[in-house]
Formats: sequence, C-alpha cells, structure tokens
Amino acid sequence: MELHALQAYWWLLISVLGAILVFMLFVQGGQTMLFERKRFEGQLDAEIGSIGVKWELTFTTLVVFGGAFFASFPLFYSTSFGGAYWLWMLILFSFVLQAVSYEYRRKPGNLFGRRTYDLFLFINGSVGCILLGVAVGTLFFGGEFTVVKGNIVDSAAPVISRWTSTHGLEAIANWRNLLLGVMVLMLARTLASLYFLNNVRQNDAFDAINRRRVLVNGAVFVVLFLAFAAVLLTASGLEVQPENGTVEGSHSFVEVPYKYFVNLVDMWWVAVMFLVGVVGVLAGIAMGAFMPRLAHKGIWPAGVGVILVVLSLFFIAGYNNTAYYRSLLDPASSLTIYNSSSSQFTLEVMSWVSLIIPFVLAYIVAVWRKMNRPAR
Amino acid sequence: MEDLTSVVDWSRLQFAVTAAYHWLFVPLTLGLGLIVAIMETIYYRTNSVRWLNITKFWMTLFGINFALGVATGIILEFEFGTNWSNYSWFVGDIFGAPLAIEGLFAFFMEATFIAVMFFGWKKVSRRFHLAATWLTAIGATVSALWILVANAWMQYPAGMEFDPDQMRNVMANFWEVIFSPVAINKFFHAVTSGWALGGVFVVGVAGWFLLKRRNVDMALDSIKVGGTVGLVGLLLTMATGHGSAVEVARHQPMKLAAMEGLYEGNCGQSIVAFGILNPAKTVENSEDPFLFEISVPKGLSLLVDWRDPDKFIPGISDLVEGREKTVDGQTLKTVSYQDRIDRGLLAHDALRRYDAAKSAGDTAAMAAAHADLKQNYDSFGFGYFNNPAEAVPPVALTFYSFHIMVIAGGVLLLFLVVALFATMRRRRWMTDCRWMQWAAMLMIPIVYVCSQSGWIVAEVGRQPWIIQDIMPTKAAISAISAGSVQLTFWIFVVVFTALLAAEISIMLKQIKKGSETDYLTPNE
Repeated sequence: MELHALQAYWWLLISVLGAILVFMLFVQGGQTMLFERKRFEGQLDAEIGSIGVKWELTFTTLVVFGGAFFASFPLFYSTSFGGAYWLWMLILFSFVLQAVSYEYRRKPGNLFGRRTYDLFLFINGSVGCILLGVAVGTLFFGGEFTVVKGNIVDSAAPVISRWTSTHGLEAIANWRNLLLGVMVLMLARTLASLYFLNNVRQNDAFDAINRRRVLVNGAVFVVLFLAFAAVLLTASGLEVQPENGTVEGSHSFVEVPYKYFVNLVDMWWVAVMFLVGVVGVLAGIAMGAFMPRLAHKGIWPAGVGVILVVLSLFFIAGYNNTAYYRSLLDPASSLTIYNSSSSQFTLEVMSWVSLIIPFVLAYIVAVWRKMNRPAR
Repeated sequence: MEDLTSVVDWSRLQFAVTAAYHWLFVPLTLGLGLIVAIMETIYYRTNSVRWLNITKFWMTLFGINFALGVATGIILEFEFGTNWSNYSWFVGDIFGAPLAIEGLFAFFMEATFIAVMFFGWKKVSRRFHLAATWLTAIGATVSALWILVANAWMQYPAGMEFDPDQMRNVMANFWEVIFSPVAINKFFHAVTSGWALGGVFVVGVAGWFLLKRRNVDMALDSIKVGGTVGLVGLLLTMATGHGSAVEVARHQPMKLAAMEGLYEGNCGQSIVAFGILNPAKTVENSEDPFLFEISVPKGLSLLVDWRDPDKFIPGISDLVEGREKTVDGQTLKTVSYQDRIDRGLLAHDALRRYDAAKSAGDTAAMAAAHADLKQNYDSFGFGYFNNPAEAVPPVALTFYSFHIMVIAGGVLLLFLVVALFATMRRRRWMTDCRWMQWAAMLMIPIVYVCSQSGWIVAEVGRQPWIIQDIMPTKAAISAISAGSVQLTFWIFVVVFTALLAAEISIMLKQIKKGSETDYLTPNE
C-alpha cells in the first residue's frame, strides 16, 4: 500500500478505537450515579455489578487507543502527552483510581472503606469523561505548542516539541474544549442509563428510575450537542498545502473558514454517517425515555449512533488534508496524518497485525454473549 | 531548559518509582496466573472439590494483585509520552509497534477472559472456564513479551536505521527487532522470574498456614504445585540470566563492568562473589575499587565465554580511556569515550548540514552529509556528553543490585529444593518444623528483593543511556518544569503507597480467611 493510504487506514483505526472508547464510557457514566439517592434495597449493588464486569474493556480500549496513537502517529503522542502534561496526568490519575476500586471496594481490609472506593469511581467517571472530552477537543481547537525537529541536535535543549508553561491547564480552561468534555459526560450518563435498562432486569422501579435518567441526561446532552455542533461547524481549521507536489511532510498551511463544515460537504459519506448517527442516538434516547416496552433496546441504536458520530468527528478532524492537531502558536508546527505518522514500513507491519482485530472483536462478543446468559 | 538536569533526574525518579511498583505486581501475576491455571487443570481432570477450593483461593489473591498491576501499567505506557516525549518521537516508529501489538494481542485477551475467570463459574462450562484461565495467563505472558521486546531494543537497538529527513530512527527489519538475542533472553528471563516469584509466594503463604496448623492439606498441595513452578522458573531464570550476561558482555560492556565493579579489565578476569566497593573510587582516580572482595579466579571470563577462560573483559577505565591489550599475539583495542564523543559531535554536525542542504535543495551536499552521519551514527548519543565520565553508570547501585540478585537467587534455589523434597518425601519437615515454615515466609520478601534488584541492574546499568549509545536519558525528556514532575512524582508515591498498603491488607485478610475455603462447594 502507498504511504498515503496507510496513513489514512491508521487514522481510521484510531477513529474506530476512539469511537468504541466513547461508547464504552457508559461504564464511567454509571460510576457518576453511585452517589445518587437509591430508591430501593440492592440498587447500588445491581448497578455496580452490571458495569463492574465491563470496566476492564473500557480501560483496555483506552490503553490500546493510546498505544495505537503512539505506534501510528508518534509525533502526536510526543507533542500532546509531553506538552499537555497536566491534562493527561489528571486523566491517568483518574483511571488509576478506577483500576483498583471495583476489586477492592467490598473486600475486607481495604483500609479506606467502601465509600472511598466509590468516591474514586465517581471521580473517574466525572473527571475522566470531562477531561477525555477536553483532550479530544484539542484535536479541533488546537494546542499551544511548537515542533522544531532540528532541536534534536541541540545538546543544551534537545526537546523538539514544546508547549506553553501552563502545560495543558489552558486546554482545560478553554470553554470550547470544556463544552465537549461536559457533553461527553452527559452522553456517558445517558448511555449508562440505557445500558442499565438493557442489562439489569431488576424491577419496574429500577426501569422507571433509568427511564427518567435517560430523559434528563439525554435532554441535557442534546442541548450540549447542538451547541457543540454549532461551534464546531462554524469554526475555522487549518488545511495543509502541497509542497513539491505532495502533502506528506508538508508544513505549509492555510486557514479555511468553516473547515469542518466544508469537510462534511466534501466528504458526503461522512455527512451521511454523521446524520445517521445523530438519528440513532436520538432514537435510542426516545426509546429509553418514552417507550417503556422498547426501553431496554434503546442502547443499541444509541450505541451504534454514538460510534458513527464519533467516527465522523474523527474523520473531519483528520481527513481532507486537515490539520488534526493545530498549533495555536505556530501554524507550521501543526500536525496532519501525513507529517506525524510512523514510517511506511512500520505502518505496513502494523497493518498486517491489525487484520487480527475482527477476530479480537469476535471473541469479545462471543464471550460476552455467554457471560450475559442467566446463571446455570 | 535551564533546569534540564533536574527535570531529567525527577523524570527518571518518577519512571523508576512507577516501574518498581509495577514490577511488584507483574511477576506475581505471571507466576500466580500459571499456578492457578495448573491448579484448575488438576481440578478439571479430577473433579475434586479440594482442588476447586484451592484454585479459588489462589485466584482471589491473583485478582487482588492483578488490579494494581493494571493501574500501574497504564501510567508506564503514558509516561513515555508525558515525561519522555523526545524519546517517543525519536523511537516511536520502532517502539510503538510492539506496544500496539501488545494491546491488540494481549490486553484484550486478558481483559476479556479475566472476567470469565472471576465471574463465569456459574455461567460457562468447566472446560470454557479452564480455557479462560489459561488464556488469561497466556495473555499476561504475551503482554510481557512485547514490552520486553521494546525494552530489549533500548539495550540493543537492532533492526533500525536513522532517517535524516524525519530526524528519527525508523524500523528496517521487524524480525530483527522481535528476535534479537537480547529480546529473547530478556523475555524468558523476566517471565520465568515471574514463575519463580509466584512459586515462592505460594510456598510462603502455605508456610503460614502450616505454622498456624490450618488448611494443612491445602497448604501442602499448594506447595507441590507452587514449589514446582517456582523451582522450574528459578532454574530457567538462572539459565536465561546467564544468556543475558553474555549478551550484556557483547553489547553493553560498560554495564557488565559496572555489575562487577571492574575498572581495569584483564584476560582471565575473576568474578567477585562478594565485595564492598570503595566509595572514593571513580574513573578519574587510581584508588582501589574494593575495600574488601572475595573473587573466583577467571570466573567472569568463563561466564562470558565458557570455552575461553582467558578471555579479555574490559573494565570501566579501559572503556572510557580506550586501551590496547595484546592477547595471544592479537591486539585488542577499545575505542576511548573521548573518541566516541568526537564522533558523536561529527554525527550531530552532519545532521545539521543535511538539514541545511535539504532546505537549500543541494542534493550533493545532502549525500555527503548523509554519508558522514551514517559513518558516525553508532556514536550519535555520545555527542550529547561534555565529558567521558558522564557515560559511566552508577557503579555502586548496579554492583550491589547484581550481587544481591545473585545471592538471593542462590538462597531461593536452595530453599525451594529443600521445601519440595520435604513436601514430597519428608512431609513432617514441612508440617512440624517451625523454622521451615518461618523460612518459607521469609522467602517472600527475599524473592521480591531479588526481582527488583534484577530490574535495577538492567535499567540503572544501562544509564546514562535510554537507547544504548544512540540517545542519553537527558536528551529524551519532555520540555516540562522540574516542579511539575516533582509534584506528580509525590502524588504517585502517595497514591501507589496507599494502594499498595490496601492491597497488602486485603491480601492478608483473604489469606486469613483461607480456612473457609475448606467449606466451599463446587457451586459457590
């Protein structure tokens, strides 16, 4: 395969992982509900039991998402992680807290008490979702960094990617990133409610609680989503210009008004995917909130819709010669899938490896079909 | 970047603490995963409730340990980006691929099947459950493979070339990266050391049951499985450790010299069995390296090449200053570090010239600069040093860690042989001798010290390099303030220590509950 095609293929895989990750954040969404008033005996255990067996899949998807970014677009990895230090560190801390909490919370001798671990889960659910949204927001609204590869031979200051002294705190303070972050949180809570309706067949009271949760969280999410869509589709973006007849390795950019809207128009199939996804999410919310007989199936259209919408967002961020990581300090330092990727050889090797992904997905689905059966 | 040294030191400290914590949990996961899988296999074949209870008991401890291993693991992966961003770029093309493959092949396998392992007893068949337990153990082992391949590449960068257009290293041969002799030895050494640690852990906990005269049958059965896995693991660890030492001698002679506190090398070099280093000794003075030492004549030469007891082994001063030795009429010469610094500077200069020529569109100048760069690239990393002494690793930490590891390994081997013999042939030695039971428990901290020491030898002995000869740690960092790293360092220390305390406390509670497993039925 040509390098160009390999770069596009790996952006696709990154997008798929990102989309699955956002869908799987229903685990985090469920964690933010742990401290809500419980209406009946056993509600908390039912909720924890339901998401507690899935948390590792979300966690693993995040790890693989990071690993795949490192492998396929190492310049993004080094620029974003090394630069937006505090943003990523806070995300990591929240996931460290999650990793032990399910296992330890009810174990005797856990030192800090069950409520501490529940608080850890709440922190991971809320802070984790918001900050992951902020991190994804920087793909559209940029970061304050520069990249000078020649620094590598400067013995006194050899770092090639540099960020402003706030190191990611400014990204958290950016209202557009925060808007996306809070939207992700509300989406995760909506998905969690739909997931509980599907996965926990407790009683009518529990279903009623979750239908109400779908309505409230879903309504807030829709408002935030509309606001975010308006901000994104009216935002300008950077477009890479060919140098010596190619965009690979080019650092020549022009600012394009309404760039992400233009991308949707240029890539009509992405626009269709986006619209189908939005319809799916709205259908899922409507089924969960207003159709008691179909409520337990609402997670499926909503889940597919979320994956389609997130995929289309990643596509308009990275495809159509768009700078997916825009430098607000020096446009020439902006990253595209062409100037930040691994070499052709490495991308080819990894592409062969990626053929295993369908098998991985197949055994995950097969195992969970078995595990979701009633106990023997 | 005026606080470069401070940022490097704090970043190293933060990574070392994270890695050390991670390595507390990983070997137990590797060892206990295998042991639990073997125990469940016995249960599957015998359908014995006793073996089911034993399996469930150790599986509970496996789960408690696994959680914190996962927590510390994610930090390590992302720290490559947060704290070592230059490194991420410089080698991402090579290092990233194993990491991504690790995620696809191993992490999902672990994450999927561990849920079956813990929550699937009543939901899947016995055969499927057994398969899930084995797949969890295999997933853990495979995940170790890829990260160890990446680590081995840092010790011995194979299968790559430098691309001046991108100003980074790119992969040229995937198989050379995967199957480098350093990677193979490192993988088997680390994994089998996990088996040894898991086995010693099981024997130690079983020793506590015997001391308390509780769950005696369970304890003895556990010792048979755990002790066997531990002994096999330890023997393989020793064999692959020898292989690793041979590779270190070939590719990292400075590390080998530091492991032995060897400044002036010789033909037929002795090996230090026990020694106390002279703290006043540096590469720049002529002090005696040891205050006290017991050495085995020709031991180091034999360790490196058993067919040649008179093999020349260079010492730290030989490597730094560059020496000529005549052995059997042949002249052996080590290139001085000052020469390598000069060549490293030539490589840096060639890269600058290449970049300038590329900007000017001067292809002839580009070709000339590229040729100079290729010729001197093996010393590229030396170009960051001002003084040859900067390229010497911390000798004391490397030396003592190596010797503690070797001595502890010997003690563990002796103990496991005796414990297994006692359990299988002289049962009363284990059930009635309190000193054996105490010794079993004492082996748990010893095996952890041994395991941690091994990593210290591997990582501290590699210093000051993050990639041997190509990139020093000080050139690999992120442009962040020392204060930021200090703050996250202390947060890590507090959080990990608190979680470690919680894990130990939960483990102890579960172990104390162990007797209750006697009353479990297959459906519980």
